[in-house]
Amino acid sequence: MRKILAALVATTVLAGAAQAAEVFPLDRATILSGSPFDFKVEFDAVVKPEDVKITVNGQDYKAALGGQVEFIAEEKNKDKVLGSAVILRGVTIANAGDYKVEVSAGSETRNVSWNVYGTPDQAKAKNVIFLIADGLSVAHRTAARIMSKGMTEGKANGRLNMDDVPPVAFIGTSATDAVATDSANTMSAYMTGHKTAVNAIGVYADRTPASLDDPKVENIAEALRRQTKKSIGIVSTSELQDATPAAVVAHTRKRGDKADINGMLFDVKPEVLLGGGSAYFLPQSTAGSKRKDDKDFIKLFQDAGYKLATSKGELATVAGDNDGKILGLFHTGNLDTTLDREFLKKGTVGKFPEQPGLVEMTKVALDTLSKNPEGFFLMVEAANVDKMSHPLDWDRAVVDTIEFDQAIGVAREFAAKNPDTLIVVTGDHTHGVSIIGTVDDEKPGTDMREKVGTYAEAGFPNYEDTNGDGYPDRVDVSRRLFLNANNGPDHYETFRPKLDGPFAPAIQNEKKEYVANEQYKDVPGAVFVPGIIPKSADSGVHAVDDVVLQAEGPGAEGFRGYMEQSDVYKGLAEAFALGAKQTN
Amino acid sequence: MSKPVQARFNRRQTLQTMGLGLIASLPLLATGTRAQAANSDITFDELYGKVSVLGLEFSEKVKQLNGRKIAMRGFMAPPLKAEAQFFVLTEIPMSICPFCSTDSDWPDNIVVVYLGEKQTFTQPSQTIEVRGKLEMGSWTDPETGFVSLLRIRQAEYATV
Repeated sequence: MRKILAALVATTVLAGAAQAAEVFPLDRATILSGSPFDFKVEFDAVVKPEDVKITVNGQDYKAALGGQVEFIAEEKNKDKVLGSAVILRGVTIANAGDYKVEVSAGSETRNVSWNVYGTPDQAKAKNVIFLIADGLSVAHRTAARIMSKGMTEGKANGRLNMDDVPPVAFIGTSATDAVATDSANTMSAYMTGHKTAVNAIGVYADRTPASLDDPKVENIAEALRRQTKKSIGIVSTSELQDATPAAVVAHTRKRGDKADINGMLFDVKPEVLLGGGSAYFLPQSTAGSKRKDDKDFIKLFQDAGYKLATSKGELATVAGDNDGKILGLFHTGNLDTTLDREFLKKGTVGKFPEQPGLVEMTKVALDTLSKNPEGFFLMVEAANVDKMSHPLDWDRAVVDTIEFDQAIGVAREFAAKNPDTLIVVTGDHTHGVSIIGTVDDEKPGTDMREKVGTYAEAGFPNYEDTNGDGYPDRVDVSRRLFLNANNGPDHYETFRPKLDGPFAPAIQNEKKEYVANEQYKDVPGAVFVPGIIPKSADSGVHAVDDVVLQAEGPGAEGFRGYMEQSDVYKGLAEAFALGAKQTN
Repeated sequence: MSKPVQARFNRRQTLQTMGLGLIASLPLLATGTRAQAANSDITFDELYGKVSVLGLEFSEKVKQLNGRKIAMRGFMAPPLKAEAQFFVLTEIPMSICPFCSTDSDWPDNIVVVYLGEKQTFTQPSQTIEVRGKLEMGSWTDPETGFVSLLRIRQAEYATV
């Protein structure tokens, strides 16, 4: 072992000295045959164009890749010269196989390898329903099952819909620039087959500051448009420009470019778009707009044949009266959680009282998309599982997991009638959350910490679902699940559901440090919990733990064992035969 | 889960029906040294007359007070830049950082405050009262590109 290590160190050092330039797609990239991508080489030094030598499997790159060569003598970050670069936009490799790219200019050399994969000519699945709960961790599932179904003598009193979708793979979610990860690069890897950097969508992250010029890779929506006549649907409880829905269609280094992402949604025109984020559809002159231009995307979509729905009632109306295209916008920002929307009427439900839920949106999407005889791809996202896990609001995160599960039920019902449908159920990354037992108000004393039951003292929670809607009648029962995060900012643990609105654990002070929100200090029995992450962090962070992926239906065999997140795209591409032209 | 018997809570309707009561109760909130009349006070709840997916509409009260001296309470969001000429007034203390993380957004009911003279920044968890001239309409800050629809100009503030 020691000898091997020494040898490894030696080669690594040598390689480091020689390999200076950066090449995109990165080393070990996997690329769908025939899919357009941008090729970029970044040299550390300023080099002469005539000194640049690039070969692909020994052949000159211009002939091997095609496309127009753009040579940039000096890339800059403000006044700082970063080096020269070569860019070829929208190149393709038609034939599957291993490709070695060798780059040199002056003293700089770099070699990378790519694997180009094809797919069978025949699609296995006509439809794919890709259901993702943002941040879905094992604790969310367990808590959803216990809260929804109950437990007696250690056995669950019922099964969630997701409990009957076979778990088939563990997914590694790390980014190209960090072991940790966010929803932009994770969903981008699922939807393009290329891993990228934190905050990036549909691009490799290059060194220049501009966020819209980074080397692009093809996403599933573009591949479906290029190779098939299938319909595309996006359903989310977040803003439609948020990272997860955006990754179906968009290309940007910065997920915050939401106004631009909205334009990209319009460029691809998925047939069904249901979610929040109307602020980015409105021209800047309209109060509530978050655009910085005068584009009116509501009108643009309507002119393109979309039926508009802005409430639950309107969604029901357009569901029965449309030409296959629906734009449903139900909030200027993110939709409220299920707990707020359906039960507590907190959050922003007072302002937007007519928001539909994920289940209704999924039903309408399936009804509409399934009219296309060519089939469809539908992405359904339960966004608030993540959005409520960040502020450590576990009741809201778990109730939204139950809603997600009911949407899975709708998808499974559709697949039972349409067996040529592949269902994938997964998260995009995890949170550092676990269930450690219960909090029992009946335990003696006033010290809430002493009411935490662990091991045998935990007993079983006493949630009830008397009306059988799958949701507990109340979350504030006397013996409830106790979920905890392994990280977070300074905050007060109240040991109770937050019935007045989503938890805001910390607020920022003038030094830009997050401090415990004093609003919860006087809740009886509240305990101060010091943060363990930098004070710049406003909430709990994503975990690096693997995600569980479940799949059933034709093509489900494409997902097995440990997979990188980017490998999941290959499974989708094979199910749809995206390597083969299916239009005439 | 069973739904509450209570009808759906609609803040706007409730506000309209409670309008008189609210205005009547405002003087109670005012500090003793205040010279302004109660009807020049405005709260975050009174900014919009209509809230919908297709846009917000400023309330009659905002339209009436446009260009006039007003007083408004809220929380100071941490400054955009130390040297910025303005700060953002929010209804509740900011629990997210819109400029720190690329996926965080400002709430839609913010008011941008341009100070008449420099004042030291205060703790964001501290309620402040801002006085100045209300200005309605889209405006882009030339230094930062920050777009605002509602501003308080020539403002000063004090902690409450």
